Amino acid sequence: MERLNQRLGLLSALPVSLFLALGFLAPLFVVAAFSVMPQKVFSLGNLPDFSSYAIMVQEGYWQSLITSLAMATAATLILFVICWPLAFAMAKVFGRFTLVLTIGVVMTLFVSENIRLFGWVLTLMKGGLIEGYWRNWTGGTFDGLLYNVPIIIFGLVYVYLPFMLFPLAQAIAMVPDDARQAAFDLGASRWQIFREIDLPLSAPGIVVGCLITFVLTAGAIAESKLLGGRAVIVIADEIERAFTYGQNWPLGSALAVTLIAVVGALAIFGVSRIDLDAIMGRKR
Amino acid sequence: MQPSKTGRIALYIYGALILAFLYLPLVAIGFASVSQARYLSFPIRQHTTNWYVQALHSGTVSDLLWISLKIALIVTIISMVLGFFGALAFARYQWRYRRLYQKLILLPIFFPQSVLGLALLMWFNAVGILPTWHTAIIAHLVWITPIATLIVAIRAYGFDPALEEAARDMGCSTWQILREVTIPLLMPGVITAGLFAFLLSWGNFPLSLFTTGADSTLPEWLYAKMVSAYSPLVPTVGMLSVAASIIMVAIAFAIPYLLNRFKPKTLN
Repeated sequence: MERLNQRLGLLSALPVSLFLALGFLAPLFVVAAFSVMPQKVFSLGNLPDFSSYAIMVQEGYWQSLITSLAMATAATLILFVICWPLAFAMAKVFGRFTLVLTIGVVMTLFVSENIRLFGWVLTLMKGGLIEGYWRNWTGGTFDGLLYNVPIIIFGLVYVYLPFMLFPLAQAIAMVPDDARQAAFDLGASRWQIFREIDLPLSAPGIVVGCLITFVLTAGAIAESKLLGGRAVIVIADEIERAFTYGQNWPLGSALAVTLIAVVGALAIFGVSRIDLDAIMGRKR
Repeated sequence: MQPSKTGRIALYIYGALILAFLYLPLVAIGFASVSQARYLSFPIRQHTTNWYVQALHSGTVSDLLWISLKIALIVTIISMVLGFFGALAFARYQWRYRRLYQKLILLPIFFPQSVLGLALLMWFNAVGILPTWHTAIIAHLVWITPIATLIVAIRAYGFDPALEEAARDMGCSTWQILREVTIPLLMPGVITAGLFAFLLSWGNFPLSLFTTGADSTLPEWLYAKMVSAYSPLVPTVGMLSVAASIIMVAIAFAIPYLLNRFKPKTLN
């Protein structure tokens, strides 16, 4: 039985693993290889140098990286604060309403993010849903609410809300009611219960939610382009521009490698600390 | 240890507000799609369904729909098959490299999609494949197969291995067990995964952007028109794309209901 399990496990893992090796790991190697090519070449048959990394440092591309990471941090923190009460309610308070919320939130994931962001442009622009009706009802007017840094973070919070909400709700559902009840009976305040019981016991879900939100927001591009105009340039935008307008694949690759290194280190560190089987509900 | 009555009401209101917040931009698009003015400005004074008529008769729009649909359908089928076996290895069988394998599956999900799209573009270039909508299928699969695997795995975790062992003790071959026990038990998970695969592929923008070459999908076209050369068709086509997703979900919910309804009574 043991040996059969080994063989069947390996066999059934094979198709996906092969596909990901070819479709995910191999492209990453190509990016890494391109990042050490001389400037503006389109093939890998050149002598490697590190000019792209030098340019990245000299011409201040790292500033975009800092911008992206700072906005990702802000969005992750805001999302944690916004999602915690809702996730708690979904896990412990709502009955059937949890299902309604879950379906409602998942459905938004199926609408292309640029369509939803465009909806916000229509809502927030001058002459948009908010300003237009405000002018109509009160006669007053104000500039549109778009094209600044807070609105980009708002866009990130909006688009990536489900990625924080569901891991948190899943994690809070795993906190035993008995532990919370016992703490309450022993005289703990709500804040103490939150800090001493809820937070540590739902840590795996918090790690997953924060990691996935941070990683995805750090690489996000549509929010800053559609909502932010050109208020700031994010790293994914720099990467795309190096490839398209700049026609400089090595520079784009070096930027991508840097982003992947920062984000990947975080992701691998986080993922190695959590027990997936426990989070996903293994019964045995 | 439940919150007080007011606390509960506050939480319900909060939940409803978050839902409203998530759907507000779609409401704005819905209004915009029926505005008669060429240059949009709220409040909308004159309504028209003209843009919908134009969009439905436009050759460009039907080409875009067709390409997006082809990609989504192929992605759905392949990711259901890969996800089914992937989930067995993820959750059901205890084998030596399972932990490592689980992490490999998670990596593409924990990865910025625009960077993944570019990486694939360079990979296709390095091996000499010209990007078309076919290559977009590969790109979507890299991201969607892991998600499909996770969805089936959730179902596979609740699976009792004793059922398979019983079948084996009664002399079933591995193939028979797969066909008679494993596949029927995991089928609900596989169908859910297929639904997610279709809808995520249908709405995907960052991966398509770099990997479709000269072809274009619906979200790509919308993006191009939003950034430059705005057309009053943008909100309309956006709404049509949303409507297609809703229809897809409705069909997915209707199928099991209809199957139950028309199933011969003796089988129940």
